[in-house]
Amino acid sequence: MELQAVLMAAGGGSRMTDLTYNTPKAMLPVGNKPLMWYPLNLLERMGFEEVIVITTKEVQKMMSTDPKMKLDVKMKLDVVCIQEDGDMGTADALRHIQQKIKTDILVVSCDLITDVALHEVVDLFRAHNATLAMLMSKAHEFTETVPGQKGKKKTAEQRDFVGVDQSGKRLLFMANEADLEDGLSIRKSIMRKHPRMHIKTGLVDAHLYCLKKAVVDFLADNKSISSIRGELVPYLVRKQFSKTTNCPKIKDDAEDQNQKKNDEPHGRQNPLKLCECFIISTPNSPLLQLAQDRSCWNDHRGDMSEAYHGGKLRCYVHIMDEGPCYRVNTLAAYIEANRLAPKLFEEVPVHPSAVISERCQMGSDSYIGAMCQIADKTSIKRSTIGNSTTVKEKVKVANSIIMHGVTIEEGCNIQGSVICSNAVIGRGADLKYCLVGNGQQIEPEGKDHWHEHTP
Amino acid sequence: MVMFSLTPVLDVCTQQQEGKELTKEEKQRLRKEKKQQKKSKEKKDDKPSRDSEKEKKPASAASPAPQTPTQPPAQKAAPAPVPVPASETPSAADKPAKSKAELKAERRARQEAERASKGKKGDVGPQAAPGKPKAPPSELQPVVKRLPEHVQVDNPEVLKKLAKKLERQQVYGCAPNCCGCIPLRSDYGYKVSLFSHLHQYSRKAPLTQQLGIPSTVIHPAIVRLGLQYSQGIVAGSNARSVALLHAFKQVIRDYTTPPNEELSRDLVNRLKPYISFLNQCRPLSASMGNAIKYIKKEISNIPSQCKEEEAKRKLLNCIDCYINEKIVLAAKAIAKYSIEKISDGDVILVYGCSSLVNHILCEAFEKNRKFRVIVVDSRPRLEGREALRRLVQKGINCTYVLISAVSYILPEVSKVFLGAHALLANGYVMSRVGTSQIALVAKAFNVPVLVCCETYKFCERVQTDSFVSNELDDPDDLIVTRTGTTQLEHWQEVPSLGLLNLVYDVTPPDFVDLVITDLGMIPCTSVPVVLRVKNVDQ
Repeated sequence: MELQAVLMAAGGGSRMTDLTYNTPKAMLPVGNKPLMWYPLNLLERMGFEEVIVITTKEVQKMMSTDPKMKLDVKMKLDVVCIQEDGDMGTADALRHIQQKIKTDILVVSCDLITDVALHEVVDLFRAHNATLAMLMSKAHEFTETVPGQKGKKKTAEQRDFVGVDQSGKRLLFMANEADLEDGLSIRKSIMRKHPRMHIKTGLVDAHLYCLKKAVVDFLADNKSISSIRGELVPYLVRKQFSKTTNCPKIKDDAEDQNQKKNDEPHGRQNPLKLCECFIISTPNSPLLQLAQDRSCWNDHRGDMSEAYHGGKLRCYVHIMDEGPCYRVNTLAAYIEANRLAPKLFEEVPVHPSAVISERCQMGSDSYIGAMCQIADKTSIKRSTIGNSTTVKEKVKVANSIIMHGVTIEEGCNIQGSVICSNAVIGRGADLKYCLVGNGQQIEPEGKDHWHEHTP
Repeated sequence: MVMFSLTPVLDVCTQQQEGKELTKEEKQRLRKEKKQQKKSKEKKDDKPSRDSEKEKKPASAASPAPQTPTQPPAQKAAPAPVPVPASETPSAADKPAKSKAELKAERRARQEAERASKGKKGDVGPQAAPGKPKAPPSELQPVVKRLPEHVQVDNPEVLKKLAKKLERQQVYGCAPNCCGCIPLRSDYGYKVSLFSHLHQYSRKAPLTQQLGIPSTVIHPAIVRLGLQYSQGIVAGSNARSVALLHAFKQVIRDYTTPPNEELSRDLVNRLKPYISFLNQCRPLSASMGNAIKYIKKEISNIPSQCKEEEAKRKLLNCIDCYINEKIVLAAKAIAKYSIEKISDGDVILVYGCSSLVNHILCEAFEKNRKFRVIVVDSRPRLEGREALRRLVQKGINCTYVLISAVSYILPEVSKVFLGAHALLANGYVMSRVGTSQIALVAKAFNVPVLVCCETYKFCERVQTDSFVSNELDDPDDLIVTRTGTTQLEHWQEVPSLGLLNLVYDVTPPDFVDLVITDLGMIPCTSVPVVLRVKNVDQ
């Protein structure tokens, strides 16, 4: 077996708490499909037959009842439940399932919606025998207005600085603005090996990683790393150029460390060095080394060193120039995804079981879920309406997202809003750019602009 | 009187012409019948080989065995075009005494019908062959069946046949719902007509696009290898063979014999689709072909009562021995022989990056020979830079020129060392494109040319030109961007423009003075002797 897929679906959605305090992020409806259906669909299209899903008990319950998941997902899902308290990072979760992992892994986050050709990322991983291969995409501007936030408030997102080499494939540098206090400093050893580096800031990390099995073993021994994106990836990128990686004596060092372990006063440093040996100095098999020596290929030119500068740890990145790639972890992203995801997958605009009266005006880019009831004289434009929603007469819905089980009484006017599941909008209410939480009730004749209704 | 005498003359003339037609036609029909008989008896490749036999006859004086089944029809067919004009007059007398007009009409109708069906099949008679002097005879690849002559690779019928063949090579043990066949890689861009019988792929469209990601159909080590071949990460005859054998070792390690099957037969069948896959990624080299033949032989020779673990261990051992003997030790032996030929004060010219030649020069330098090296390089691969790096790293004094400067630099050169991709059975050396140029210019300057080649690269194929069998690399490699402008960026839109990126060429034995192999230093024409000895050994 070549690659095992791992889907991280235990995230809490900390950046969109209004939506997720009742529904876990993995099951938020996007285009009337649960959010985690999208990465699972991507994996299925690529040919995976089994996926290990790391999630919470609540999500597992919802998964088993959701019709979309049962019917459309034909792969075998091996669900691993972890605690919901949120202390477990993604790397901790990998450590938890270390026993199940027999080969290299492909880690995907549940909030990724994309149609990337996965072979681009995996080919980098295979061809260069890389330790890490990841996917990034040019960030798209969000054009929709976000309810609950007056005006276009540019969130002060911390920027990511990503340094790639001239070919645009080898990852040389990765740091978050928060970690750089004085400025960006780049080690001389990197500059000597790769004199031309392109540093990009407008990239979105798709949180799709191909990792070697040795990395998972390394994580198992090194318990201080808890997040893949935040700690493991920058660590691996840094270690590519670490002096110890290129030192041929590392095996001897490891043995010395072993001996000295009992004598050293601060024994905590030693285990780290030992673990590094796993991923860093795995020697090539002699035949592979022979093939590399005889091959007349080099990944760089201009200096005297061999291919890859003799380094065994290599990190690669594939940057998508065009094509959708969204991480639905903020409200703005959620709204954007709702707008674009159904088009991506050529959803049927109206679910066959929905009951829509003839005098309803429906725009071509609206999506109606199953078992809906839409009464006369309603107008629905550019909106998504979830399953089992009832919309009474003379309602105008525009640019909104309405989740499952919502009841909208007569005469309402809803614009640019997000209405979560099981909410009830009273008669004649007028909502503009509002966010109505789960199970909330809006009084009849209520006028709300730019409001958030959450408990 | 004149009128009367003319008509019989005319009649005779027409009869003679008819006779010509008749006899030609008769001969053609006879030949076709014989051919069809042979077709039903033997395989389909006999028909095109008939023409290829005739064209190769002058060159293949020493051509060895593989064409023995086609020898008898060749002998029959070869005298056919010659005596056709000669035998007209005697056969004119043999004409049956029927009503000539009826016979004429019948035969004309049959001729028309045959011509109509002939045009579709692409079947050619001998009179068509001299009219197409550049027509390439069919390829002789050790792994793939030969395509019929004059059939272009882009012909949809041929593509369909190839796709069916790949489908037939169903991979063992794959689930019934997954498509267990190897995808067909499609050709890219306009191909120059002389090379339209070869495949031309684009590096940006790898074969993995059409495979599922966790490749269950093909062993992951083979997928990795195929990717490394197509992207050029593993390049060079020796490197490719070693990487191939390494991947095969992994395949053998992960292999388990299914129940009711024998390892010796099942494993060979399992390797077949892998080899097709690798062939699609990049056409196999001669050295790889020989390595594959060796492995297949070793696998088939495993006795059936041998246990699986032991059989696997034996195979892995065989592979290690093969690499050790044929590549590593051979390199040492060749280095030893070559060092005798390198004297102090020599100026040695090398072309491109040959792992063997680099090894020789490094060894010679370590043995304290004083020489300097001129590295000749050529676009688009520019492999000479890598050779230059390795030699300079050792401390050898090097000069670097492009191939356009070869005639200017040759007066300084005392010897030329060339590497080889394969040595053909008629003594021709197949090597990177540009090698024959260098050998030619060196010959003109009376500089000795020494080719270094291990014996496992000796190939039973025969070729006299570089068109017949070659490799077309990605044409986009020729595009270069200088000072911000890329002139050839839209080359596909110009209908009369084709980019040709050849990889190999053949050098005639007249230009090569010595071939240094692990068996010793032999002249180019002794290659068939070596092959015969090898065959006897095995």
